[in-house]
Amino acid sequence: MIHLTHNPDLTSSVIYGLGWVYLLMFLMNAVWVKRSYAIDGNCQLSLGGILGKGQQIPYATFWAVYAGILLMVAITHLTGWKNPQQFSLLMPEILKEPINRASNPVAFFVGSTVIYVLMIVLRRWWTTPTAGWILLNLSLLFLALSVTDYDFRQIVGKPDNVPIVAMLYIVGFFTWLYFKKSVDNDDRRAAGRPLFEQENSEKVLTWPDLVYTELVCMVLVTAVLIAWGIVLQAPLEEPASAAKTPNPSKAPWYFLGLQEMLVYFDPWMAGVVLPSVILVGLMAVPYIDFNKMGNGYYTFNERKFAVSTFLFGFLPLWVAMIVLGTFLRGPNWNFFSPYEFWDVHKLELLNNINLSELFWIKGLGQPLPAVPAGASFAQQAPIILMREWLGLAAVVFYLVALPNIMAATVFKPYFVRMGFLRYMVLANLMLMMMSLPIKMVLRWAVNLKYIVAIPEWFFNI
Amino acid sequence: MSVGDYIRGSQIWKSVFRHPAPVDRRNRVVVMLTNFFLHLHPVSIKQQGIALSYTWCMGGITFFLFLVETITGVLLMFYYRPTLEFAFNDILALRDITTLGIMREVHRWSAHSMVITVWLHMYRVFLTGSYKPPREFNWVIGVLLLVLTLLLSFTGYLLPWDQLAIWAITVGSNMARATPFLGYEGPGAQLLNIGGYDLITNGSDARFLLLGSRFVGEATLNRFYILHCVAIPLVVSLLIAVHFWRVRKDGGISQPL
Repeated sequence: MIHLTHNPDLTSSVIYGLGWVYLLMFLMNAVWVKRSYAIDGNCQLSLGGILGKGQQIPYATFWAVYAGILLMVAITHLTGWKNPQQFSLLMPEILKEPINRASNPVAFFVGSTVIYVLMIVLRRWWTTPTAGWILLNLSLLFLALSVTDYDFRQIVGKPDNVPIVAMLYIVGFFTWLYFKKSVDNDDRRAAGRPLFEQENSEKVLTWPDLVYTELVCMVLVTAVLIAWGIVLQAPLEEPASAAKTPNPSKAPWYFLGLQEMLVYFDPWMAGVVLPSVILVGLMAVPYIDFNKMGNGYYTFNERKFAVSTFLFGFLPLWVAMIVLGTFLRGPNWNFFSPYEFWDVHKLELLNNINLSELFWIKGLGQPLPAVPAGASFAQQAPIILMREWLGLAAVVFYLVALPNIMAATVFKPYFVRMGFLRYMVLANLMLMMMSLPIKMVLRWAVNLKYIVAIPEWFFNI
Repeated sequence: MSVGDYIRGSQIWKSVFRHPAPVDRRNRVVVMLTNFFLHLHPVSIKQQGIALSYTWCMGGITFFLFLVETITGVLLMFYYRPTLEFAFNDILALRDITTLGIMREVHRWSAHSMVITVWLHMYRVFLTGSYKPPREFNWVIGVLLLVLTLLLSFTGYLLPWDQLAIWAITVGSNMARATPFLGYEGPGAQLLNIGGYDLITNGSDARFLLLGSRFVGEATLNRFYILHCVAIPLVVSLLIAVHFWRVRKDGGISQPL
C-alpha cells in the first residue's frame, strides 16, 4: 500500500484526546456493569469443558472485562501520548484495507438500504437496551480507532463536519427510541392493554412540571453551546477570492444530499425540481395520509406504510446522502474511501451513455438523428423528439401510466379509499422519491447517463 | 419583616408580578395566566404530554436556539460590516482580538444545531402522527419554518466572506441558474423571448435575483445580509407565533381533540 501523505497518523494531542474518550467510555461502561449486574442475571459458562460442567456467572462479568480493557486502553493513551511514533494502538491496516476496498457509492447506498430494512425487520431485537448499548459501543470504538487515521481525521475533524457526526448519533438514538416505544405499544395493543401514552392521562400543572423541565433544557443547551464554542473554533478560511476555486467546492452540509443528487441528475432536477417536490411532498403529508390510527402515540404496526416511506426518505435518501456527500466525496466529486487521501489527480473513468445512444447506436446500429446547425426551434423539435422518443415515452409511462397501473393493482386499497386526486398526488410523490434510487441503479448497471437527453433545451432527465 | 418580604410586598414588585409567588396551587394557575411569556403554555397539561421520552423537547430547543441566534446575532451586528472591505477582517477580529468573539462560535454552532433540531422535531411529529387532524395546517407551517431555517443558515453562511463562504454559496446558488423557465440554463427559458430577444439571461434570471449580480459579489453580500438579519427573521417570528398559537388552539402538541 502506497502512502500518498507524509503526515503522521498519530500526534500527541490526538492520543491524549483519545485517552479521555476511552476514559469516558470506561465510565459509561462501569455504570453499565452495575446495571447489568442488577438485572441481566447469569449465564452458564463452561469454556469448552475447562470449567467442568460449567459455572453460573453473571452476564455483568463480560461487561466488567470490557470496561477493564477500556480503562487500560485509556491509561495507555493518557500516559503514552508523548511518543506518538512508538504508539501502536491504531486502526489496524487489516481492517482499513478491506473497508477502503469495499467502499464505493454502490456499496454505500445498498448498505444503508439494507440497514434500513434490517432496522424495521429486526426492530424487536435491536431495540433492547443491551443491543442498543452494544451498537453504541461498536460505533464509538469504530470512530475512536478511525480517528487515528490521518485522512479520516482530516475530513471528520473539520469544524463544520463535527455537527454531522453528532447528528448521526442523535438521529440513531431517536430512531432507536422510536422503535423501542412502538414495539412496546404494539405489544400492548396486541395484549389488549392500554397504550403507554394513555396510561398517564392525569393532568399536572404547567408550573412547575413543564416550566422547570424547560429551564433545565435551556441551561443545558446554553452550557453545551458555550463549551462547544470554547473547544472548537468556528472555521475561517482564506479571504474570498473569485479566482481561486477550491476543489471540491461544496454547498453547506445540509444541502450535500442535494449536491450528491447532481451525480445522477442535472441541476434543474437535483437543485430545483426535486427539492421543490420534497417540500411540497412534506406539506402534502397530512392530506394524503388518511390513516386515523397512530395520532398521539408511537406505533409501527398501525402505520407501516407511512412510517416506512418516511424513514426511507429521511434515513437512506437524506441523512445517508449527506454523509456520503460530506465525508466520502472529494476533489472533482470523486468517491473517496474513509481512509483514503483526497488526491486531486484521482481519475475515475466516466463512460456514461444516454438512452437515445443506447437505442440508436447500440440497438439499431445507426448514428443519432442529427439536428442541423442553426436550425430554428420548429425545425429542431421533430428531430429531437424522434431522437429521444424512447426516453420521453419511458418518462410519460413512469409518471402518467404507472400511477394508474398501480391504482389497479398494488395500491388498489389506497386508491379506493383516497379518491383520484389524493391518490395521484401520493403516487407521483412516491415515484419522484423512487426516481433517485432508480437512476442510481441504472447508472451502476448500464452506465446510463440521461433517460431523456436534450442538451439543446437544457432538458436532461 | 425580612428584606425579601419587604421587596415582595412593595408596590413596584406587585405591579410587575400582580400575584404572590407560585408556591401554592392557586398562584401556580394564576402565574400562567398573567405572565406574558408563560401564557404560551396552558395552565395544566397531560402528564404524558410532557414526558421527555415522548416529546424529545426538540421543538422547544429549536425555539430556544432561535432566541440564542437572535441575541448573539444582534451582538455580532455591532461589530460586523457587510462590505467587501470589512467583512472578512471583522470576522478575523472577532476571532483574534474581540473580547466576546466567542459569540461567533456560539452563533455558528447554534445555527448548525438548529437545523438538526428542526429535523428531529419534524421526525418526532411525524412518528407520533401529530400532523393528523386537527393539526394538518400547522405541519404545513412547520415545513415553511424548515425552509426558512435552512435559508437563514444559507444566507448566514456567506457573511464571513472567506473561501468557504463564497464557494458554498456559489455552488448552492448555481442551482437557481437551472430553474425551469426562470433560469438562463433551465429548460424552457429559451421559449421566453420577444422578437428574438431573450427575456431570461444571466442578468435577469432567478440566480440574478438571488445574488443581485451575475456572480457572488458585493451586491450578494448586502442582499444576504439583509435577508439574514432582517427579512427572514421577521417572517420566521411571525410564523413561529402562528405555529405556537395553533398548537394551543389545537389542544396541545398531539392526539385528537
